[in-house]
Amino acid sequence: MDIALAAEDLAFRDEVCNFLDTEFDAEMQAHLKSKGTTGMVAWQRKLHAKGWVAPNWPEAHGGTGWTATQKYIWESERSLRGIPDVVPFGLVMVANVIMGFGSDEQKEYFLPRILNSDDWWCQGYSEPGSGSDLASLKTKAERDGDDFIINGAKIWTTYAQHADWIFCLVRTDNSGKKQEGITFILVDMKSEGIKVNPIIGIDNEHNLNEVEFNNVRVPAKNVVGEVGKGWTVAKALLAHERTGIAGVADIKRTMHLIKEAAAKETNGGQRMLDDAGFQQRMADIEVELMALEFTELRTLATMAAGGFPGPESSLLKIKGTELQQATQELRMELAAYYQGVLPTDMDPSVLGHEFGSDARRAFMYGRAATIYGGSNEVQKNIISKYVLGLE
Amino acid sequence: MNFDYTEEQQMVRDSIARFVQDDYDWDTRRAIVAGAEGMSRDNWQTFAELGWLSIPFAEADGGFGGSVIDLSVVMEELGKGLVVEPFFPTVVLFGGLVSRAGDEAQRTSILESVIGGETLGAFAYVERQSRYALNDCKTSAASSDDGYTLNGEKVVVFNGENADKLVVLARTSGEQFDEHGLSLFLVDANAQGVSKVLYPMMDAQRVANITFDNVQLGADALLGDAGSALDIVNEVIRDALLALASEAVGIMGTLNAKTLEYTKTREQFGVAIGSFQALQHRMVDTMMAFEQSKSLLFKALCEYEIDPASADTTIHALKVLIDRNSKLVYGEAIQMHGGMGITDELDIGHYAKRLMMINATLGDGSFHRSKFIEQTYAA
Repeated sequence: MDIALAAEDLAFRDEVCNFLDTEFDAEMQAHLKSKGTTGMVAWQRKLHAKGWVAPNWPEAHGGTGWTATQKYIWESERSLRGIPDVVPFGLVMVANVIMGFGSDEQKEYFLPRILNSDDWWCQGYSEPGSGSDLASLKTKAERDGDDFIINGAKIWTTYAQHADWIFCLVRTDNSGKKQEGITFILVDMKSEGIKVNPIIGIDNEHNLNEVEFNNVRVPAKNVVGEVGKGWTVAKALLAHERTGIAGVADIKRTMHLIKEAAAKETNGGQRMLDDAGFQQRMADIEVELMALEFTELRTLATMAAGGFPGPESSLLKIKGTELQQATQELRMELAAYYQGVLPTDMDPSVLGHEFGSDARRAFMYGRAATIYGGSNEVQKNIISKYVLGLE
Repeated sequence: MNFDYTEEQQMVRDSIARFVQDDYDWDTRRAIVAGAEGMSRDNWQTFAELGWLSIPFAEADGGFGGSVIDLSVVMEELGKGLVVEPFFPTVVLFGGLVSRAGDEAQRTSILESVIGGETLGAFAYVERQSRYALNDCKTSAASSDDGYTLNGEKVVVFNGENADKLVVLARTSGEQFDEHGLSLFLVDANAQGVSKVLYPMMDAQRVANITFDNVQLGADALLGDAGSALDIVNEVIRDALLALASEAVGIMGTLNAKTLEYTKTREQFGVAIGSFQALQHRMVDTMMAFEQSKSLLFKALCEYEIDPASADTTIHALKVLIDRNSKLVYGEAIQMHGGMGITDELDIGHYAKRLMMINATLGDGSFHRSKFIEQTYAA
């Protein structure tokens, strides 16, 4: 058992730091803050040019071939600088499905385009009537020659307003168990009959959407895996999503921001950083976070050794999202009255505060974390069934 | 980066697990606890023969030269079996102090017999008023013509009933709360002027309040340098906290496994109670509490291996987390065992009581949270 960094790991860290400090410059930072997708696309292309945009892909498909330690170093250095992670829908989610279940034609066409951020992807899983009970989904795909005709609606579709493609779970058969007869299919968002209806979130932002399908014609070759086996594909994707979802590095970044701000915020002349009650709140979170970091490392180490992630991995999503929300809540408290500031272009010197609106947005958007990717309650069902063996 | 145990560590683990399974079933343990000494001398000899008592000591002192991870493996397994024999007070505390503070003569004369299982030891450091503050020490050792005269009282001395030798923390100079002026002394438990009041604790430990009334000590009783004992004591406590955390992790895993098994077999309303979602989600919570504790223990062990002092902040955090998570784990274990959970007959309550004593040993969660805050947010 050891975590000492070897010489080659230290050299790798230097390379990562050099790269990030050079490429994540003021121009890129400003670009990323601008509205729309062009900033993120530009950043992902920089990563791709370096060969670092897909740390979790196999090398053969353009992944990095990094060890668990290298992945950890990368994540730490990235989040330390407040650099957002890549958008997961293409690079993490659908890419893994295509690599695991896709045809050669699909791999050849889509994977290079995903690496180069040519397409913006979104995820069509939830429906107005199917949330946690995902397998009850009703969006229908009927065979018509070489095509499927899709009718129905998907909801909570993040970034659908920007998307070129959507990966969907659709029902191709109604006769058997509800998990059977589900098919995983890729749909071009420019297809006729698709309508995107914006949903304004609790964070006052437009990230979510409803996507309507009215007689949308999709080539049958866009099915990934076998027709009717979409549930198997979806489950594999969720397992992948769970292991990457703890976001420890980003939570550490939020704690860092909190400590920085707590050294400036005062109450009765005393820094909040010196407030006993606030210190205890920070300590309670940090203790759990230190543990979660090693839970994540244990998972990384197991996976790097070619093993299947053990029980420690299944808690990553639950604990990670709980801690995300705990830090977001603490940052809100730190902002006091200013936690209520709506999105604004007002200069902080006029407003009188730096981070209140950011804290509010992160807290509000963060409510989704314990709901998406299988709500935490569903995660607990999964763990009790598959890890604890409870029926 | 790797979190695997070595083959040698795995062998030690298996060896202790086999002992617990074959020779330490619940009825056997009950009989040992109820016996005259509250421990089994035969078992202690077995521990010596199997080499467990030698693990943390340097090879030069006749030990195995094990790492803190080796010690952790032993403690975790002893925790799983709820082994009551005084490994922690004798090997970790007493042996640790002699090994770190003793000169060659002291190490030779004492460690060999500790490793051989002939000497049981204890560390007398708590006073009525001291709570977790080691510097709060009124017991005094005044210089005499040919050594020291020891006066004072130590309380809740673990293994105080059976220990042959004691290491006593006493003041050789300064005032009651001074960090400096503290020294360690080797004291024979039967020396003239040593008197003991014995009592058992809820976790079956046999402890004692020990009074020192003009106990005459030779100059060679001084262990380490006079006046600067706290440095070495803190080093030993660093090991001891990791040992206790490892024991706690062993116990928490066992409680979770026993509870899970029980909910799969116990039927109410015509079904196994483990089929109820209200219980399932709580068992996921206790599983997470266990895994998180284990992860933080791993972090502390790995940091210690690089540089022991660098692990201090994590060790404070670990004691905080073990305190919090063990309360969840033993609370749920008792609750889910229903009426049986609150009986003396079932082992569940005994595991719980050991966890409670671990939490109360060498600083509880609140104490270590304050230390963590001091180290992390100090202006």
